[in-house]
Amino acid sequence: MRFQNPAQQAAMPTYRIMDADGNIVDNTRDPQNAPNEDVIKWYKNMLTVSIMDVIMFDAQRQGRTSFYMVSAGEEGVAVGSASALIPEDVCFLQYREQGVCIQRGLTLKEMMNQLFANKDDYGKGRNMPVHYGSGKLNIHTVSSPLGTQLPQASGAAYALKIQSMINPNVPKRIVACYFGEGAASEGDFHAALNIAATKSCPVVFVCRNNGFAISTASIEQYKGDGIASRGVGYGIDTIRVDGNDIFAVREAMIEARKIALEGECKPVLIEAMSYRVSHHSTSDDSFAYRAKREVEEWKRRDNPITRLRKWMEKKGMWNEDMEQEARASIRKEVLREFAAAEKVKRPPLRDMFTDVYADIIPEQRAQMKELQRVLNKYPKEYQVSSFEGGVQSLE
Amino acid sequence: MLLVLSRSVRNNGRALCLHRRYASTSTSTKLNRPIDFKKTPILHSSEAAARSALGLPDDAAVDWQNLHSAVNSSLHHALKTDETVLLFGEDVAFGGVFRCSKGLSDEFGSSRVFNTPLCEQGIVGFAIGCAAEGMKPVAEIQFADYVYPAFDQIVNEAAKFRFREGSTGGHCGGLVIRMPCGSVGHGAMYHSQSPEALFSHVPGMRVLIPRSPAQAKGLLTASILESSDPVIFMEPKTLYRAAEEFVPRDPFTLPLDKADVVKEGKDLTLISYGQPLYLCAAAIEAVEKEIKGLSVELIDLRAIYPWDRETVLKSVNKTGRAVVVHESMFNAGVGAEVAATIQEGAFLRLEAPVARITGWTTHSPLAFEKFNIPDITRIYDGIKRTLEF
Repeated sequence: MRFQNPAQQAAMPTYRIMDADGNIVDNTRDPQNAPNEDVIKWYKNMLTVSIMDVIMFDAQRQGRTSFYMVSAGEEGVAVGSASALIPEDVCFLQYREQGVCIQRGLTLKEMMNQLFANKDDYGKGRNMPVHYGSGKLNIHTVSSPLGTQLPQASGAAYALKIQSMINPNVPKRIVACYFGEGAASEGDFHAALNIAATKSCPVVFVCRNNGFAISTASIEQYKGDGIASRGVGYGIDTIRVDGNDIFAVREAMIEARKIALEGECKPVLIEAMSYRVSHHSTSDDSFAYRAKREVEEWKRRDNPITRLRKWMEKKGMWNEDMEQEARASIRKEVLREFAAAEKVKRPPLRDMFTDVYADIIPEQRAQMKELQRVLNKYPKEYQVSSFEGGVQSLE
Repeated sequence: MLLVLSRSVRNNGRALCLHRRYASTSTSTKLNRPIDFKKTPILHSSEAAARSALGLPDDAAVDWQNLHSAVNSSLHHALKTDETVLLFGEDVAFGGVFRCSKGLSDEFGSSRVFNTPLCEQGIVGFAIGCAAEGMKPVAEIQFADYVYPAFDQIVNEAAKFRFREGSTGGHCGGLVIRMPCGSVGHGAMYHSQSPEALFSHVPGMRVLIPRSPAQAKGLLTASILESSDPVIFMEPKTLYRAAEEFVPRDPFTLPLDKADVVKEGKDLTLISYGQPLYLCAAAIEAVEKEIKGLSVELIDLRAIYPWDRETVLKSVNKTGRAVVVHESMFNAGVGAEVAATIQEGAFLRLEAPVARITGWTTHSPLAFEKFNIPDITRIYDGIKRTLEF
């Protein structure tokens, strides 16, 4: 009789293509066949996320938006994985995947509309900031409850599989589903992976293991070999990658997508290791539970942006001047869209009631009338003028 | 669990003994007699009655069906007419523990009718994802008592999906979640519950409870094929085999937001839904026999949320008296919402307080079920006291 002791098992290795200095260490998956303009695009997209982070974090501190969550340190996971998807693939996000949105084509204007909850926001001003979504980019709108998107992603993937059985002419699609290592402790994680495996769903689960769930370090989150070791238990093809290595993430996603669509289809799990350089959100001061020095060290030693920059500089496709110019122009565009979105009116009050049901129900009609009565009777108590259409929108 | 119980009972020949112990009534009762489903006015016992109630032509084909067969017919029609319809849950493939999905996996294949792992949050989350990509999933929760692991997916996700997606156009309107509900004589705490009030506090979902085979067929077909909103469809499990009536053979639908006036009356409005309607009808019969000239109006809500305030208020404004009956417990039950609405909308016409005859403030206890759920006696008493106020 012999019990299997997890401590005696070797940890799952971490796949990487380039080291922290931007040197290629695995020539079997050399990404150098990617066109320069693509690599530069990925780099600029990561840079955009990081520049926007700083501006929006400060904007929240000044009270110009209600909330923000930065992605510092995780830009490589988001941009790298999204670069391997086709536009028809469907994405379910947690909330720290701005890079996925930008890589798939969400514009700064669209992002700012969301952050300022103005009338052009696709979410009609109903969601907190960073809860992005886009119908045309096949990104489902972010919701705050953690892990809920995981079984939904399994179901969505099953739907895509059935649809390609019904109509073989539509391109074969996968679902990419993102979540953090903290969310993987939720029951929905278990539900999602098990049902995806048993029903052979073409879904790639991408776990961002950044070491922290708000203040909870991963040592308090789980006892096993990270999240990756669990995938194997569900009978799912699994890989652990270096999340600071955009090439490793991208190559893993390309392969995962292929595996997911092979034969009868099946799910794949990618655990991308990174470090949450930033605070959890604007409502969090992470130095209350971890040393500032540790964070600074991570920032200095390794991050996905500088790693790719070093590689590009070695290839001679990037230099300090280009860096300065790119940073300046991205910053300018972010500030321009920031200022524009801030000026746009709020959505009509009517949108507080629409889309709860496909049609406004009689109970809501009566309540819209009642709200209108109150607003007309006490006009000085409410700021209605900043909302498109004013009180009349409730007609 | 229930199925196992009834099988073992049949096999060892103790059916009669158990039947007596849990389901018999004393011979001296005048009110609490067992419901005679062949004679109840709630069910369409003649072909003509079914046709006229549903507005069908005189030659429309009707079949004698029980409730689980009617559900099966509806599912069969939905799977046959719309290739985006999927049916799944625990033990659905072999026909379901209540036989509602019998034969469907064989006919439509295991990619459309299938078993899931035993995990309610997974079943509902999976179904939401299917619906979000344009499918029409019908998810089954084996007993309403086991829906709570999926409460987060229903309340935070399914109900809010269209609202938070806004103009992206995303929604999960194709979703239907079916679940057997209500007491069954010996279901105790976890095979008896009626959690409809919990869902009626959540905007975004439609909550429906049919009372009969024909209603189940019409409402379920409308829920799957016509509703643009996610639906919670609760099936009173005690009626699966007990309630039989003539049901239209051809597919048909019923509106998802309309109450049904089962019986017209002028002196009091009795409001209920699902299985207790049979008890209400029996109680009305007893009161009307006793008080000459009295007539009680019986309303079946059908739609628990969003619900038909207009029909109820019209009735109470006519009768001036109202009694609400449901199995689930008193506090913040559906009856509270109905009573408050009547107070607001018929205040000047009310001649007595709105009475609520409901389950007591306790859990569903095995040995005490007959004392907990509203029975004919309590409903009769509620009507009498409201009339005498």
